[in-house]
Amino acid sequence: MVRLLAAAFVILAAAAFAPPALAVQPDEVLKDPALEERARVISKDLRCLVCQNQSIDDSDAPLARDLRVLVRERLEKGETNEQVIDFVVSKYGEFVLLTPRFGAHTLLLWLAAPIILVLGVFIMFRSYRRRAAAEKPAGKGSLSAREKRALNKLLKES
Amino acid sequence: MIAEIGHFTLILALGVSLVQTILPIWGAQRGDLSLMQVGSAAAQAQFMLLLVTFAALTVAYVTSDFSVENVLQNSHSAKPMLYKISGVWGNHEGSMVLWVLTLALFGSAVALFGRNLPPDLKANVLGVQGSISAAFLAFIIFTSNPFNRIHPAPFEGSGLNPILQDPALSFHPPFLYAGYVGFSIAFSFAVAALISGRIDPAWARWVRPWTLAAWMFLTLGISMGSWWAYYELGWGGWWFWDPVENASFMPWLAGTALLHSAIVMEKRDALKVWTILLAILTFSLSLMGTFLVRSGVLTSVHAFAVDPARGVFILAIMIFFTGGALALFAGRAQVLRQGGLFAPISREGALILNNLLITTGCAAVFVGTLYPLALESVTGEKISVGPPFFNATFVPLMIPLLVAVPYGPLLAWKRGDILGATQRLWIAIALTALAIIATYAMSGSGPWLAPLALGLGVWVIMGAVSEIGFRVKAFRAPWDEVLRRLRNLPRSAYGTATAHIGVGVMVIGIVGTSAWQSEKIIAMSPGDTSEIAGYSLTFSGVVPQKGPNYNEQIGTFVVTEDGAELTRLHPSKRMYVAPPQATTEAGIHAAWSGDLYAVLGDELKDGAYTVRMYFNPLVRLIWIGTVIMFLGGLISLTDRRLRVGAPKRSRAATAPQPVPAE
Repeated sequence: MVRLLAAAFVILAAAAFAPPALAVQPDEVLKDPALEERARVISKDLRCLVCQNQSIDDSDAPLARDLRVLVRERLEKGETNEQVIDFVVSKYGEFVLLTPRFGAHTLLLWLAAPIILVLGVFIMFRSYRRRAAAEKPAGKGSLSAREKRALNKLLKES
Repeated sequence: MIAEIGHFTLILALGVSLVQTILPIWGAQRGDLSLMQVGSAAAQAQFMLLLVTFAALTVAYVTSDFSVENVLQNSHSAKPMLYKISGVWGNHEGSMVLWVLTLALFGSAVALFGRNLPPDLKANVLGVQGSISAAFLAFIIFTSNPFNRIHPAPFEGSGLNPILQDPALSFHPPFLYAGYVGFSIAFSFAVAALISGRIDPAWARWVRPWTLAAWMFLTLGISMGSWWAYYELGWGGWWFWDPVENASFMPWLAGTALLHSAIVMEKRDALKVWTILLAILTFSLSLMGTFLVRSGVLTSVHAFAVDPARGVFILAIMIFFTGGALALFAGRAQVLRQGGLFAPISREGALILNNLLITTGCAAVFVGTLYPLALESVTGEKISVGPPFFNATFVPLMIPLLVAVPYGPLLAWKRGDILGATQRLWIAIALTALAIIATYAMSGSGPWLAPLALGLGVWVIMGAVSEIGFRVKAFRAPWDEVLRRLRNLPRSAYGTATAHIGVGVMVIGIVGTSAWQSEKIIAMSPGDTSEIAGYSLTFSGVVPQKGPNYNEQIGTFVVTEDGAELTRLHPSKRMYVAPPQATTEAGIHAAWSGDLYAVLGDELKDGAYTVRMYFNPLVRLIWIGTVIMFLGGLISLTDRRLRVGAPKRSRAATAPQPVPAE
């Protein structure tokens, strides 16, 4: 009973405050806006398998529609987003996911940018230290008395 | 007959490009001035020959000469003239001809405007440029000849893909190629410098205008493509992280990094090795883009027809030039002496940060685009890398970059004062904070991070304005002095500020439309009214209409705001005759606050139509921002300092070696 009330409250709240989220085709829309919103989020991460790089949320293809409907059916059965996604992956393979899962096979994919960034910072830091060290003997305050006199003379002339 | 002339000049151009490759470089090695000078003449001749080739192909298209196989496959006599002409580069073979023509144009421009270059450098540059031409001309002649004849000639052609029949997309490829190919100049200069083992700040000065010009074209080219995708593909998106988009975005990122590192090299004689490497990588990424789009290894909406032999050929070209240049780089890089010491907090430091973040971003895009290919070929596993991946890896890198942009120009060379710069930016900081608070107050809904992200755009704009304000002593000196300073400020300073403002404007547009887009997908029957973002749209029905080479169903929506009629939207669905294919044309009402965007969907059983409506807040600013970036580049190009570097003819002819201006 409490759960029913809570669900009703969520629906009412969503209907009152959020703009109604509507599906890609009007007849696909779920009655529950919260559930529909979740369906949209899931759809945006699932690839339309017969299209060129489109999510099922964007695609007009019949297969994409079937998948959208499938996602909504599973959601209506009370599955979590993860369960729905796992089901679709078990059916179509990981290819269907637009965000590849983190794992041994995608280690390099996910870590490449961070590694390059850290490496870049390291190389810059080392090259700075090396050049600073090389420059030091000739750096500030290391002019001999004769050099200083020569410098002052030049400055006066100019 | 005309097609044969084009074919003939194409083959002649290959011969000329071989001469342009061999003689000048040989001359530079032997110190033979007359051999070196062959380069200029060959570059001009090559351009003229390819111009004839291109003209011949254009004539075949304009006159609908269907005895030419390429015209037959990609044109139709009922096509409007604009698309007959753009059809020349709307296919693989023709676009390769445009590619080499642009390459030859840049080569001949170096020959023409580069009279003040040291003769051996110029000879090497033109030689390398010639070798790139030769490779691509051979590619066209042996795998993608646009002049093949067909006998007997059919009466009608099969037409151009209807989604390509669009004004913005007609000019998208020429700009894109001018960008890709323009980077070849930086590449040729880099290789020439490595061949001679000599490199100095003047090198960066010669390279910068070319890189800048290429970058400007690429900026506009990508922007046009994005604009087209926005109104033509029909779901209101403007960037899809599609592999082909990424293929053009990577050279753009590398080119942007190159522009900034070349400044350090020119002003401070530092970052030489890195700048040379970037010049090589930028063009290599352009070559890779060409390979990816044409080899069919990627699945994408934009890719050309697939032929494995072509893919292998372009791959060979890419490996030869990238591999060769990198090998040369590995052998010669130690020869290049690094100069110019600087503290981490300095203008140099800021530009290095820029380079670090942009290159890492480029690497993220690179890995994301190619990883699925690599994984599949190694383990056979198939995965997809889509927009969520790029948003998670690329976008976070851009945030610190945008935060840092206003600081860069305000830090001194060698050793900067970050506190001082912050003090100079206090007005910008205050205005940014104000903008963020105002956005929070106004937006009400949407992701809570969005106003902060929007603030980033405001911050970049205000920072650029502040920098100019600081340099002209606005509010700190009498007005006449401020005016005098405004006049005397170098154009490059205005160029930088303008380009940065463009970045800020674009960021605001991106954040606005990503965070606050509203969407409605419903079934509407004639007479129905629906509301979105404060507008109400009444559907008046659909009427059929006939276009030049299509039939369309035009819907009409009366848009009212606060009870008064504002405008009418006419989204339509077109059915093209040849090839028989449907397209959707969105009905868009553009305003500063955002675009009202309506798409007509399928007709349902009861006479109702599926209608998709979007309100895309601030979306125009994305493309306006890129145009401002382009203008920034243009202003910079007119700077006297850069003119001395390369494109000034009259004065440069008397000055054998341009003297650095500062």
